[in-house]
Amino acid sequence: MNTSAAIEVRGLSKKYGNKVAVNSIDLTVERGEIFALLGPNGAGKTTTVEILEGYRVANSGQVRVLGFDPATKGGPAQKWRNQIGIVLQSTNDAADLSVLETISHFAHYYEKPRDVKQVIKEVGLEEKVSANVRELSGGQRRRLDVALGIIGSPELLFLDEPTTGFDPEARRSFWELIRTLKSEGTTILLTTHYLDEAQALADRVGVINEGVIIEIATPDTLGGRNNAPAKVTWLENGVTQELLTKNPTEEVLKLSQRFNNQIPELQVLRPNLEEIYLRMIGELK
Amino acid sequence: MNTLKETLRIGVLRSFLEIKQFMRQRESVVFTLFFPVILLFIFGTVFKDTIAPGVTFSQYFVAGMIASGLVNTGFQQLAITIPMQRDDGTLKRLRGTPMSVSSYFIGKALLVTILMIVQTILLLFFGSVVFDLNLPTDPMLWWNFTWLVILGTACSTVLGIAFSVVPKSGRGASAVVSPIVIILQFFSGVFFVFTSLPVWMQQFAALFPLKWLTQGMRSVFLPEDFATQEVGGDWELGKTALILVIWLVLGLILSIKTFKWSRQ
Repeated sequence: MNTSAAIEVRGLSKKYGNKVAVNSIDLTVERGEIFALLGPNGAGKTTTVEILEGYRVANSGQVRVLGFDPATKGGPAQKWRNQIGIVLQSTNDAADLSVLETISHFAHYYEKPRDVKQVIKEVGLEEKVSANVRELSGGQRRRLDVALGIIGSPELLFLDEPTTGFDPEARRSFWELIRTLKSEGTTILLTTHYLDEAQALADRVGVINEGVIIEIATPDTLGGRNNAPAKVTWLENGVTQELLTKNPTEEVLKLSQRFNNQIPELQVLRPNLEEIYLRMIGELK
Repeated sequence: MNTLKETLRIGVLRSFLEIKQFMRQRESVVFTLFFPVILLFIFGTVFKDTIAPGVTFSQYFVAGMIASGLVNTGFQQLAITIPMQRDDGTLKRLRGTPMSVSSYFIGKALLVTILMIVQTILLLFFGSVVFDLNLPTDPMLWWNFTWLVILGTACSTVLGIAFSVVPKSGRGASAVVSPIVIILQFFSGVFFVFTSLPVWMQQFAALFPLKWLTQGMRSVFLPEDFATQEVGGDWELGKTALILVIWLVLGLILSIKTFKWSRQ
């Protein structure tokens, strides 16, 4: 196995009773990359991630996270947790503590904690340092979750649906934070429902459905997106015309000649990630 | 050695955090910390008679209340708040950090100890000021008091952690745990004079630690010759210690073997 990768998974399977949640998946996440795991609810995303985080134990397969088997118990596992950060799906804990109290406390758990004030600044909670956690909005609460995930300066950060319930502005500034972490060398495994999020952040995307990984690719090439026919539309005789083509540049040049360099309401549309994704998971149903 | 020190350090830090959280929840302060004092006030006001020469009901009741305070702050409080922490994600989040399980348990044990000390001081203070409670003067009795509190707290803490797997959810925990505690209090002679209870109740209560703690506390707060009025005609302190230790070991094994970090 390639133990220099941040995450290395071979033939991972997990069953709950008779139900197969994850069926023999392979996955490699290189150090320093942002990898997004996409899939509908119940596809096996959370099961996979929770196995990588050490919360669940696989039925079969090999798993190495930073060169370590997350199913290990006891002292070595504790040490390993110094190198990872986990942002779980929605939690409601620590309601009676302030933001500062919570983050400072968690900093004590780690060997090499980041500076508490600096982390608070990075996640944009400076104005809420002394607010009780229960007073935070959904987005602020999520920022606190991220702060607790990165306080131990992890090499690898797990983000499980981090921006669910965010307004567009909060999402954009959250993305900036994730990019900053990446630029500092943090490897990030992200699960998300939002295709634009995967497109904006991920170096590579893995689509999982019914416990199987369908494809792993860059956001631009997923599902043959780069080679898929583009749609060229324009206005002619008061009617919108449309044309599917593998070579939109050529078509646009032809049109340009026909319209004397002024094509009315010209648009060239490549299939977006969402269309590709929906087609991918739809095909299997 | 270094890890042991670290585990203790984090355990102490966790207890500070737990105390902060506890004190900020008004209902937990009232129902856990002040409840025994409120009960003492009610019972002491209603029942003014004496049980034996020189023994008022409030004197008898204080002994019982200190013993059941151990059950309230330890067993009851933990068996309710741990399922709540399991539901709200506290435990799952902690599981994902390098914090050791022992630190979490140490934090809980220290929280219970501190609550117990505060509660006992409150009871003794109100008892002596409002109801003329006689505090023991013999150092031997204070020594018995001390080991009873320590052993009782330890026992109550591990049993609370062990029992925390029983409630299905945090919301329902109180409904599962509180009746058990109240029934045990009735059966163990906290609210009534133990020997006036039906024999089957006495025998049932004798299986559990509270009855023995209550009796042990009476040995501290009631006159020496009251011992003849106990079921065994004696305070039975040796037997009490033995039964508490058995429950302590049982609770310790159960809590290590069965503790759950998430509901799943």
